[in-house]
Amino acid sequence: MIHSLFVINHLGDIFLEKHWKSVISRSVCDYFFEAREKAVDPENVPPVLQTPHHYLISIYRGKLFFLSVIQTEVPPLFVIEFLHRVADTFQDYFGECSESVISDNVVIVYELLEEMLDNGFPLATESNVLKEMIRPPNILRSVVNTLTGGSNVGETLPQGQLSNIPWRRAGVKYTNNEAYFDVTEEIDAIVDKSGTTVSAEIQGVIEACVKLSGMPDLTMSFMNPRLLDDVSFHPCVRFRRWESERVLSFIPPDGNFTLMTYHISSQNLVAIPVYVKQSISFFEAGSCGRLDITIGPKQTMGKTVEDLKVTVHMPKAVLNANLTASQGNYTYDFTTKLLVWDIGKLNPQKLPNLRGSLSMQTGVPNPEENPSLNIDLKIQQLAISGLKVSRLDMYGEMYKPFKGVKYVTKAGKFQVRT
Amino acid sequence: MQEWANQLCENRQFGSKMTDSKYFTTTKKGEIFELKAELNSDKKEKKKEAVKKVIASMTVGKDVSALFPDVVNCMQTDNLELKKLVYLYLMNYAKSQPDMAIMAVNTFVKDCEDPNPLIRALAVRTMGCIRVDKITEYLCEPLRKCLKDEDPYVRKTAAVCVAKLHDINAQLVEDQGFLDTLKDLISDSNPMVVANAVAALSEIAESHPNSNLMDLNPQTINKLLTALNECTEWGQIFILDCLANYTPRDDRESQSICERVTPRLSHANSAVVLSAVKVLMKFMEMLPKDLDYYGTLLKKLAPPLVTLLSAEPELQYVALRNINLIVQRRPEILKHEMKVFFVKYNDPIYVKLEKLDIMIRLASQANIAQVLAELKEYATEVDVDFVRKAVRAIGRCAIKVEQSAERCVSTLLDLIQTKVNYVVQEAIVVIKDIFRKYPNKYESVIATLCENLDSLDEPEARAAMIWIVGEYAERIDNADELLESFLEGFHDESTQVQLQLLTAIVKLFLKKPTETQELVQQVLSLATQDSDNPDLRDRGYIYWRLLSTDPVAAKEVVLAEKPLISEETDLIEPTLLEELICHIGTLASVYHKPPSAFVEGSRGVQHKRLPGSTESGESESPDTASAAAVSDAPPAVIPSQGDLLGDLLNLDLTPPTTAGPPPPASSGMQMGAMDLLGGGLDSLMGDESEPLGGDLGGSPAIGAGFGAPPAAMPASFSAPVSGGLDDLFDLGGGVGMPMGAYSAPKTVWLPALKAKGLEISGTFARRSGVIQMEMTLTNKAMSVMTDFAIQFNRNSFGLAPAGPLQVLTPLSPNQSIEVTLPLNTVGPVMKMEPLNNLQVAVKNNIDVFYFSCQYPISMLFVEDGKMERQVFLATWKDIPNDSEAQFQIKDCHLSSDAASNKLQGSNIFTIAKRTVDGQDMLYQSMKLTNGIWVLTEMRVQAGNPVYTVSLKCRAAEVSQWVFQSYEAVLKN
Repeated sequence: MIHSLFVINHLGDIFLEKHWKSVISRSVCDYFFEAREKAVDPENVPPVLQTPHHYLISIYRGKLFFLSVIQTEVPPLFVIEFLHRVADTFQDYFGECSESVISDNVVIVYELLEEMLDNGFPLATESNVLKEMIRPPNILRSVVNTLTGGSNVGETLPQGQLSNIPWRRAGVKYTNNEAYFDVTEEIDAIVDKSGTTVSAEIQGVIEACVKLSGMPDLTMSFMNPRLLDDVSFHPCVRFRRWESERVLSFIPPDGNFTLMTYHISSQNLVAIPVYVKQSISFFEAGSCGRLDITIGPKQTMGKTVEDLKVTVHMPKAVLNANLTASQGNYTYDFTTKLLVWDIGKLNPQKLPNLRGSLSMQTGVPNPEENPSLNIDLKIQQLAISGLKVSRLDMYGEMYKPFKGVKYVTKAGKFQVRT
Repeated sequence: MQEWANQLCENRQFGSKMTDSKYFTTTKKGEIFELKAELNSDKKEKKKEAVKKVIASMTVGKDVSALFPDVVNCMQTDNLELKKLVYLYLMNYAKSQPDMAIMAVNTFVKDCEDPNPLIRALAVRTMGCIRVDKITEYLCEPLRKCLKDEDPYVRKTAAVCVAKLHDINAQLVEDQGFLDTLKDLISDSNPMVVANAVAALSEIAESHPNSNLMDLNPQTINKLLTALNECTEWGQIFILDCLANYTPRDDRESQSICERVTPRLSHANSAVVLSAVKVLMKFMEMLPKDLDYYGTLLKKLAPPLVTLLSAEPELQYVALRNINLIVQRRPEILKHEMKVFFVKYNDPIYVKLEKLDIMIRLASQANIAQVLAELKEYATEVDVDFVRKAVRAIGRCAIKVEQSAERCVSTLLDLIQTKVNYVVQEAIVVIKDIFRKYPNKYESVIATLCENLDSLDEPEARAAMIWIVGEYAERIDNADELLESFLEGFHDESTQVQLQLLTAIVKLFLKKPTETQELVQQVLSLATQDSDNPDLRDRGYIYWRLLSTDPVAAKEVVLAEKPLISEETDLIEPTLLEELICHIGTLASVYHKPPSAFVEGSRGVQHKRLPGSTESGESESPDTASAAAVSDAPPAVIPSQGDLLGDLLNLDLTPPTTAGPPPPASSGMQMGAMDLLGGGLDSLMGDESEPLGGDLGGSPAIGAGFGAPPAAMPASFSAPVSGGLDDLFDLGGGVGMPMGAYSAPKTVWLPALKAKGLEISGTFARRSGVIQMEMTLTNKAMSVMTDFAIQFNRNSFGLAPAGPLQVLTPLSPNQSIEVTLPLNTVGPVMKMEPLNNLQVAVKNNIDVFYFSCQYPISMLFVEDGKMERQVFLATWKDIPNDSEAQFQIKDCHLSSDAASNKLQGSNIFTIAKRTVDGQDMLYQSMKLTNGIWVLTEMRVQAGNPVYTVSLKCRAAEVSQWVFQSYEAVLKN
C-alpha cells in the first residue's frame, strides 16, 4: 500500500514528507528528479516510475508534485486517485492547494494525512467525515481557540463513518433549507482547418450544494434521461433505481459535492457553438507572418456566448505580434509564446476579428508546425447537450426546501487546427 | 535541511499570525530547552502549544527526539487533539528510543479500553505504527480485544493493525492466531470491516506467496459481493481485486458475479472502475459467446473506459496502458470509439504516445481515412518523438489495412516533400517495410526516395535506403553509383549500415554482374580484411565463398523470395496477454510485463491464467489440461543422470498424441526456455535438426532470427515446469541422502587476551531451517564467570538472537562450554562493510566485550529457494547483463551431480541441467532470508577442475559472498 508521500514544489524542493510505514530516505526522489529533468516540462513527467526497490507514482497539481512511494504491487490508479483526493482536501480546507498554504497549515496538514491513510490504507477521505474530526482553519475560530483553549480537532466520534451512509454527517440542522444544483457541460472538440468537426464530446457534471436538515432523501428526474448512457455517480446514488427508472435517488452528503459526471460521446451529434475563420501564414522572405482570425456564432440555441477567449501557442520563432482587434484586447507574451485574445461577449451582428502581422526571428527556418487555437467560452442557462432536470422531490423530512438548478456550457479542450 | 528550515522561517516572518507558521519562528539556540520548559508547564494550553511546536519542528526534519520523555508525559490527557499530536510524535521517534517507548505502553493499553470507541481505535492504530519489537508483545492482548470490539469502527481499525503487526513480526501474528480472526472478519456484518479485513489479508498474502490465506468459496464470495455495495470506494477496490482471484465453478456463477459487479462501472472513482473491468474481463472468458448477456456485457464495458479518458492526465495514462491490453484481447469493445483517442495538442507527451498506439490497434478499413488524416496532422506537430511515432504509425496502418496502403504511401510521399529531416528519415524506414509487405507494387516511388539520399544521417534510415537500392537494383539505373557513394565512408558507418551495404552490393552484383565486379570486390575486402567486426567479417566470407564456389547457388540464396512480413509485429504474445488481463489495473498492466518479472521476490511463482470457457465439452479447464499433460509427459527434460542422448530421444519421441489438448501456444517465457536452455540443444543436434526441428516448435526459425512465432510447443516442453520436482528427487536420490548444510570449523573470534580471560570461538550453521551460532566459551581467567548475555549490532540482514544465551551454570576457570544460539532475521537492518560482518557484544559478570565476525552468506539461503523454471528464465533475462558476475572455482574435482547435490544441502537448488559438448551447465537459484533471489549458471567440464559460475542478482553486492559460499561448500 502507499508507503510515503513527498510534496515537491516547482523548484524541486521537497517541502513536505509523510511516511505511513517506516521512513524512506528522501534520496528515493532522485529518480524522480532525473525523470523531471528529462521531461523538460513538468506536465510531461511520466506518472509511474520504477526504481530498483520502489515505485514512484506522482501527480502534478497546481505547480506541485505529489509523489508517493510504494513497495509492493498496488493498483496505480488507486494511488493516483488518492493523491488527487489529498490535493482536493487541501483545496477544500485551505481554499487553494499551494506551497505557501500547505506550509502555513502544516499541523493540520499532518493531522489530515494521518486521518486519510492508516498504514497505507485509506481511512477517511470523505470531506464530510474529515471536517467532523478536523475542523478547517478560519480566523474567527483561531481567535476563539486562543482565548478559550479550544482545539480544531473534533471531540466526537465521526458517526458517519459507522452508518450505512458514511458520506453524510448526522444531526445536520439548518434554518434555511436549500438545495442547489449546477449542471455544467464542457465541450471537448477538435475542429480542423476547413471547419469540419474532427471529434467532439461533452463532459457534463452536476455539482450540488445541499444544505438540508436531517436525513433528506432526494429524487431527481430528467426530461431526457436517454442522453445519459455513460455516467459516474457519487456513492450516494442508488444505482438500481437508475437502472430501472432512470431517476437519481439519493441521500445527499451535507454541503458541496459532485453528484454525477456524464459523458456524451462523439457518436452523438454535438453542437459546436462557434465557428472560427482563421489564417496564419509565415513568409519565407522578410521574416514576418500574417494572422487573421474571425469568430462567429454557429449553434448557440439562441443564447449569448460570453467570456470568449482565444489562446494561440505560437512557434518559437515568433518574436512579436502587431495586431488589431476589432473587439477586446490581445496580449502576446514572447517568453511563453502565448497569444491571448480576450474577446468577451460575442456580438452576432459585428463579428470580432483580430488581424495583423507577426514579426519573426531572422535567419531561422520557417516553423513547420501550425499553431492550434484554443477557444474558451461560456454560455449561461444552457446545457448544450439538451439535458434538462424535470423534477426534484424530497422525502423523509417534513419541511419545504428551496430548490434550484442552474445550467452552464463551457468550452473544455476546444481546439481549432490551422 | 536546517538551512532550508531557516529559510522557510525567514519567509514566514511576514506570514499571518493566525496560521501554523508561528510555530516555525523559534529556531534560535536553546530552543529545545525552551520547549522542554513549556512542555512541563502546568497550563494545559501552553502544553498543547508546545507540543504543536515540537510537531512542526519534527515535520521539517529537525531532530527533537531529546524531548521524548517530556512529550510522552503529555500523553495522559483527555484532550483529544493533544493526544493525537503526542501519538504523531511517538510514531516518529519510538524507533530511535525503544526503551522510552515502553513508557508509553501503559497509556496505550488503558486507552484501548476507553469508553469512547474513537479513542480505542486511535490507540490500537497508533500502537501498530510504533515499529518497535518490544512493544509488539504488549500490543497482542489489546489487539485481540479490539478485533472483537462491539464497535465496527474499532474492528475495522484493528484489522489493519494485524497487517501492520505482520509487517513487524510475522511469526508473532501467526502464533497468536490473528490470521484466523482476520479470516473470520470477512464474514463480519459491517461492510467496512469486511473491506479492511480483505485489504489486510491481501497485503499479508503478498509476502506469503504460497499461503492459502484467501480461501475463496461461493459463500465468502457472496459475502464479499454484499459488502461491495455498501463499503467505501477504497474498500470496493480491495474487494474487487480479491474477487478477481476467484475462479467461478461454471458460467452461471460467473454470470451472476458479473451482474453484481457491473454497477461498479459507474463509480466516480476510476480505480474502482478499472478493478471492476478486470473482474469482468476475466469472468467473461467463461461465458458462452452466444449468450445474450455476453453481448450486453461487451456493450457495457465501452462507456466507462471512454470516461476514464476524460480524467486527469495521470489517470488517462494508466487507463490507456490498460486499454491497450483490452483492445488486443477484445478489439470489439472499443471498435467504434476511435475518436476519443485522437490526440489534443496539449496532451502530455506520455498520453500522446499511448493514444497513438491504440489508434493503430483500432485502425480498420472502416475508419482508416479518419485515422490517416489525423496521423498526417500529427506529423506536423512540434514534438519530435511524437512526430516520428506518427510517421511510423502511417506505415503500420499501410501494413495492417491493405486497402489503405496506397493512400498511406501517398501520405508518406507528401511528408517526404516537406523535407523535414527526421520526417523524411522516418518515412523511408517505414516505406521499406511497406515494400516487404507489398512487393512490386509501389516501386514507382523509389525515384523520390533517391532524391533524399543525401539528407539521411541516421543509421536506421541509411540502412533502409540501402536495402531498397539493393533490393530494386535492377530498376534503378544508377544503383551502382548510389551504393558506391556510401562505400567511400564505409568504416565510419554503423554496423547496421555496413551489413546492409554489403548485402545490397552483393545483390546488385548478382543482378548486374558485368558492371559491378569491381564494386563487389571492394566491399568484400573492406568487410573481410579491414574490419574487426566479427559479424561483418563472417557475412563477408560467406558471400565470398558462395560467390566463388557456386554463383548460381548464391543467386538462389541471396535473391530468394522473402516471406511477407506479418500484419502486426508488436502484439503482446497471447499467454502473456492472458496473464496481463488478469492483472488489469496493477503495475504489471502499466509495464506490460508479468509481475514475476519485476516484483522482487514476492509472489513470483503464481501465474494467473484466464479461466477457460465452458461452452463446449472439448475444452477442459486449463488446470486439468495441464495436469494431464504433466502426468503424461515423461519427466525427461532435466536429465537426471546426464544421459543426454537418451534424453534427446525421449524428448523427441514424446508421442504428440498426449492426452488432453496441448497447452495453449508457447509463452514468451517458454520461448525464453528455448533461448537459454534449448540453445545448446540446437547446436548439438546439428544435422539431425531436420527430423527433430519439427517437434521442437520451429526453433531453427528462432535461431535464424525470423520473428515467426513458433507453432504450438510440444507438450513435453511446457510440462516439466511442475515435473521438475520429480527430477530433483532423482537428482538427490541418485547419490544418497542429501547432505546437510556445510558449516565451517570453529575459529577464534574473541581471544582471551582481549576479554579478560574469556575466549570465544565459533561458527555459523543452518540446521533444519534455523540459523545457529555455535560457540565454545572458554574461561581462561582465574575466577568464575556468570551472567552471560549476548547482543548484536544492526547488520545487513537483520540477524538477531532468537533467544537469550543459554549459559546456565557458572563457568569455572579452565572450563569450556558449548553453546548454540538460534538466530532469526527480524532484527534491525543496516548495511555493513563487508556485507556479512556481524558485530557482537558479549557480557558477563566481569565486563562487556565486543568482537566482530563474518558469517557465510550460505547460511541465509532459505529452504524455499527453488525458483520455478519459467520464473527463473524470465528473471534471468530481465536482469541486465551488466549486473552479471563471473567467478571461477579452481581445483574442484566433483562431478556435476555430486556438486549439485552438495550445493543443495546448503539450499542452493539446481533447477535445470544441460550438457553441451561434454560441458554440464547447471542452472541454480537460491533465496536469501530477505527475499533477494540469486540466480547462477555453473559450468562444469568433465576432467577440468575449474568451474565457471555466472551469477545474476538484483542486489549485485551479494555476488562475491555468494561466490565465497560456493567455494566453501564445494571444497568441503
